[in-house]
Amino acid sequence: MADENNTKRMSMIVTKGTLDWAYPPFILATTAAAMGLDVTMFFTFYGLTLLKKKLDLKISTLGNPAMEMPMFGMHIGMPNLVSAIPGVDAAATTMMKNLIKKKGVASIEELRAMAIEADVKMIACQMTMDLFEYTKDDMIEGPVLGGAATYIETATKSEINLFI
Amino acid sequence: MADQVLDAKGLNCPLPILRAKKALKDVPIGGTLQVLATDPGAVKDFEAFCRTTGNDLVESKSEGKQFEFLIRRRS
Repeated sequence: MADENNTKRMSMIVTKGTLDWAYPPFILATTAAAMGLDVTMFFTFYGLTLLKKKLDLKISTLGNPAMEMPMFGMHIGMPNLVSAIPGVDAAATTMMKNLIKKKGVASIEELRAMAIEADVKMIACQMTMDLFEYTKDDMIEGPVLGGAATYIETATKSEINLFI
Repeated sequence: MADQVLDAKGLNCPLPILRAKKALKDVPIGGTLQVLATDPGAVKDFEAFCRTTGNDLVESKSEGKQFEFLIRRRS
């Protein structure tokens, strides 16, 4: 382990709260922490939902022509008109969760727990809490409440700053 | 023989690395950890992990669809 002064830092702004977009921030945060970096995640807007006690993450197939699910031995995309049909997003979410399990990919709950265990610092955006009317009771224990200035202070001290 | 063996077969990125990091804590400094994996991405990832954390990647080999890494804990 590098000594305190040599420790590299990474910060991340997490803005998205769908099942697919929840992966990059948690994968990078846990891996960076495992590689000895000091990691801070700032959860804002839809990203804030990733700090809720009970996660019920979904994917949306709407407006995502790159999303092709492996089905019936081929890859099938989802035209917007089909995405709008009730139940399609729910079915796609179930399918994605099955794939995640089958391919040995960690769940978001698992990755989040590992991030907390690895002392990844988490900041919940106070403004978003107010905007969407969340209370501290809705959220897991650990994250501190803060705003843009709290994040910027961290960012100025970090070698890596990501917006996801 | 390695001091510890970690079976990370069937696990996908970033789990082999995260599990290895955890397992390394139980290896004495100078000791070795053997990791078994099936994720082809782990080959590059263990190289990067060891370079960044200052541990030695003593061995990296593949047999069919299985990969085997030997890490010597340095720090």
